[in-house]
Amino acid sequence: MTKLLEVASEMEKRNFPKRVDGLSKITGKALYVDDIPLNGVLHASTIRSSCAGGVVEELTFDPTFDWTPFVVVTAKDIPGLNAIKMLENDQPVLVDRVFRHAGEPLALLAHSDPCMLETALRHVHVRETPLAHPVFDIDEALGAERIIIPDNVYTDYLLNKGDVEQAQKNAQCIVEERLLTPSQEQLYIEPQGMIAVLQEDGVLRIEGSMQCPYYVLDALEQCTGLDKDKLRVVQSTTGGAFGGKEDYPSMIACHAALLALKSGGLPVKLIYERSEDLRVTPKRHPSRSLVRLGANREGELQFIDMDFAIDGGAYRTLSPVVLSRGVIHAPGPYRCANIRVRGRAVATNHPPFGAFRGFGAPQSIFALEVALDRLAAKLNMDPAELRRKNLLHHGDVSPTGDLVGEDCFAQEILDEALRVSHYYERQDAFRVWNAAPHDTLRGIGLATFAHGAGFTGNGELYLASRVFLQAHADGQVEILCSNTEMGQGAATTLVQIAADALQLPLEQVQLAQTDTARVPNSGPTVASRTCMVVGDLIAKAAQRLLQKLRDEGGLTKTFTPAGFNAACLRMQESEKDLLVTASYQPPMDMLWDEKSFTGRAYASYAWAAYIAEVEVDKLTLETRVLNFTAAQEIGHAVHPQIVQGQIEGGVVQGIGYALYENVLWNQFGVMANDRLTNYIIPTTADIGPLQIVLMEKGLGAGPKGAKGVGELPMDGPAPAIVNAIQQALKIDVAQIPAMPELLLDLSRAQRGSQCQ
Amino acid sequence: MSVKMQINGQEVQVQAPPASRLLDVLRVELGLKGAKEGCGEGECGACAVLVNGQVVNSCLIPLGQMDGAEIVTIEGVPGDSALIQAFHDCAAAQCGICTPGMILAATALLAEHPQPTMDEIRWGLSGNLCRCTGYGRIYEAVTQASTGDTHG
Amino acid sequence: MAEWLRPRHMNEALQLLAELPAEQYQIISGGTDVMVAQQLSAPRDIAVWLDLSAIPELKTVEVTTEGIRIGAGVTLSVLRRHPEVQKHWPMLAASAAVTGAAPIQNRATLGGNLCNASPAADNAPVLLAYAAHLEIAGPNGTRLLPYEQFHLGYRQTALAAHELLQAIHIPYLPAGSRAYYRKVGTRAAQAIAKVGIAAWIHFDAGQGIIAARFGLASVAATPCLLPRVSHYLEGNHLKDVRESTIREKVSSDIRPVDDIRSTAEYRLEVTSRLVWEAIHDAH
Repeated sequence: MTKLLEVASEMEKRNFPKRVDGLSKITGKALYVDDIPLNGVLHASTIRSSCAGGVVEELTFDPTFDWTPFVVVTAKDIPGLNAIKMLENDQPVLVDRVFRHAGEPLALLAHSDPCMLETALRHVHVRETPLAHPVFDIDEALGAERIIIPDNVYTDYLLNKGDVEQAQKNAQCIVEERLLTPSQEQLYIEPQGMIAVLQEDGVLRIEGSMQCPYYVLDALEQCTGLDKDKLRVVQSTTGGAFGGKEDYPSMIACHAALLALKSGGLPVKLIYERSEDLRVTPKRHPSRSLVRLGANREGELQFIDMDFAIDGGAYRTLSPVVLSRGVIHAPGPYRCANIRVRGRAVATNHPPFGAFRGFGAPQSIFALEVALDRLAAKLNMDPAELRRKNLLHHGDVSPTGDLVGEDCFAQEILDEALRVSHYYERQDAFRVWNAAPHDTLRGIGLATFAHGAGFTGNGELYLASRVFLQAHADGQVEILCSNTEMGQGAATTLVQIAADALQLPLEQVQLAQTDTARVPNSGPTVASRTCMVVGDLIAKAAQRLLQKLRDEGGLTKTFTPAGFNAACLRMQESEKDLLVTASYQPPMDMLWDEKSFTGRAYASYAWAAYIAEVEVDKLTLETRVLNFTAAQEIGHAVHPQIVQGQIEGGVVQGIGYALYENVLWNQFGVMANDRLTNYIIPTTADIGPLQIVLMEKGLGAGPKGAKGVGELPMDGPAPAIVNAIQQALKIDVAQIPAMPELLLDLSRAQRGSQCQ
Repeated sequence: MSVKMQINGQEVQVQAPPASRLLDVLRVELGLKGAKEGCGEGECGACAVLVNGQVVNSCLIPLGQMDGAEIVTIEGVPGDSALIQAFHDCAAAQCGICTPGMILAATALLAEHPQPTMDEIRWGLSGNLCRCTGYGRIYEAVTQASTGDTHG
Repeated sequence: MAEWLRPRHMNEALQLLAELPAEQYQIISGGTDVMVAQQLSAPRDIAVWLDLSAIPELKTVEVTTEGIRIGAGVTLSVLRRHPEVQKHWPMLAASAAVTGAAPIQNRATLGGNLCNASPAADNAPVLLAYAAHLEIAGPNGTRLLPYEQFHLGYRQTALAAHELLQAIHIPYLPAGSRAYYRKVGTRAAQAIAKVGIAAWIHFDAGQGIIAARFGLASVAATPCLLPRVSHYLEGNHLKDVRESTIREKVSSDIRPVDDIRSTAEYRLEVTSRLVWEAIHDAH
């Protein structure tokens, strides 16, 4: 069923429930990790390396200082493996001797008085022999004499379709570009933190701000050597994450746990100060793309050739997965018989980079979309027209050699975006504006893109996600899964999905607290998978529950909530179990070859076209977004307000990525602008209303045809904005953020620029 | 130092070092956890409270200046107030960490501009950072609270 | 434990100040700079805090026939909304309105902004352009100091050890005055200036320039004037002012640097452009 919705806020709000976590957050009652009341708590602090890699020759605790009231932990205290459990066990929990980046954890201290901790830190002496030539740049690392790991390459992927070399002969128009994207800080407003307590029953309980409790559980198991039944991980209300709390919480949890194991039963609280969080936790991978595009005179793409490299920092962590997604998204939603994307994740002496909404796709999509605009310019073709010529249709072959099915709306969503934004009229209006002696220049730019939801290829299969539904005698139903509410609305949408499938009112269904003692592993809360994959499992589990109640509890075919409750009571009275499970089954046609990057990479793609209008001040080269239209086909909006909120939030993060946010590095390769005064995200004064258009075609792999939407909005704003700036200023912009300083430089250097 | 304040309408006496941040006094001495620490430098507004009717960053206020002050925290905003209802109606809280501060800033804004224009809303809330919402639902909630327009 | 002194009168404050141990005390008014320093830098061992926020004399705003006298403790929030300030000294209402954002403006004081002496101080350029005078109180009485003589070096002011800034005086502007204020920040609000410019230009009836003052922030170690630019303009006619000369004078009057927010090159270029714009667009 096709539905086109314009701007969800115009819809009747009464049709959609209020967020289940809304009031507790709005009234300030929700407890985040730093709010949790504790008796006898020990505050903790981390001692870190100063140099950008090297050897710790000495770590001494001043013998004249009284260390007895402190808990002190070093690498020697690690009972299990001194490695953070990840794809590879290369990152230590605590440095023993050799380290690879500045800010690496060396030792931990805890004390009941935070002031004493500060004093104690001054009595710890670290002597390091630094690396002679640390490496901080992608191409420097690739050319390196200074080797961190073999070739300084963590992973090398190739997506190769057709014959790019041959295809160049048919390309009358070729562009070649080098495009850069910076690191970006997730800037969740709640800094990271964990609480650990070794309970009297011998269970080590960790509670804190996180996205993936089972990742934390696995990491604790590996580092403490304790069995899983002696470990319990509980997620507290999490104040934003965006990927930044995907892997690093494992590090903090291990640290807190080690201290708790030594503290004789006192709870340990390890909460990062903002500047520490900024310096040491993982950020978005910087990227460098070399893009060559070729088209015939009609504008049909003949080849896409990209050398895509991301900076993984000092340890492997998630870089191979980020790279994989970046490579798959690099050729965009376009029809092209000859595609070659070579992707490499590179080792440098920066702290490791990690997950941030989009996860490699914003980087490669930026490169492709800006290069496409250059191609359009060279062809003397409107950028929208070039997209139209090349966007995929049902029946085309995808960049990964897959047959594009019915669930492809790239063209339609572009048409919608052009219509709703009045793209051509605005373009004309801006031409007129720019010809007149105004103080500013205006431009309109676009990006068309798609984002695959769920884990790539066989990833979901390996996750083997499971969910439980637990009904109770009074008819209340709990959803038990490891997916976390972190602001994106999972607690509400999963409840909606379950309640809908069970034909019960929302009040009768709850999402249980994410506590590994109770919930099964339904996979991490990442990759825009929660609604689509886990929601689908919940819907299936709901069917199973109804079937069980019919088979064993006397539930009738059609029933009322009272009937449902009665059936549950009957089950309990006859001592029948009210728990059902659903486990992930991959779709029949998900065939993906991860070696050659061919086949069907994702269960669903969401399709989008974003259009940005910018205004650039001629004197200062400051850019502001005048209007922004975000149009996307998202299958089915379980909760339109929540979807709208996700898109608005992602777009504003994308605007930040394009215009304001820059991670600057000091000489040790650590974030130099480690204060909110100096890392600039948009305020309300910078952001006006955004126009969000939702299209629902109902063909996604999730419940009622839903698809993942959380990351999609991150991919479009930066290229759309840069393309708009290029239109306004008539210059080539090859990197973000497009700060005034950069634009001033470029506008003075490039001939034909509209403002010398 | 012993300081007497009125917090959410109640007389309170606190004994703590005078340079203690009001944020810590609220959270630790008084157990009022609604004000949050997002940055410790007065940039993010997550710690915002009302002091004598004005929105301020409690992380920048020393206890020594609070003798006789009238303070309102999120705990003192009635649950049935128009702003709280509007934030709930409009799904304006996602992760919620900025929300208490945002509500107090909006309270001060509406006290000065009962029918604010969009520009006044944007400038009035510019000291409160939100990373989740992109501000759209927040603008809508403040507008709804100001016009008294409710949905369902 | 630190001592907290909270005088109710200026003479009480001055007396206390005279007796404080050097290096071990901290003056605080609005606290929006001082509390950040305490939190983020290595906290100093402060033995005594001298809190000026309870002194009513510092919070008065008086308008006389000469101009306005603003108590050093007046908050930016009050300043930006003050009808007389808006009417007669609109650049000051403008700079107060772009300092930080509402929660900062409700605490931050004009005096504090000057005494904190950041080169990026938002209100400094305006006071330089308006030729403000500072009323400084000390053990031996008060003195008036032209504001342009207040900043001696990076974060160093002309306040002697036992002195306090008491008020800021700004004269009425003569007929024919035009003003121009602009802040180029890292974003629209809650931003530190990359360049801040306030210009006051006094034109005669025929577009001749009688006087010109430019106050700048973030382009030198202190907020500063552009004396060579002013000298070039004064006595000149608007139509004879040349852009290349302006650029030359600007580059000899300022010393911008690269820092975490911007570059010397950007600051220099933008300052030149905005000075040119100010001359032509001041109103």
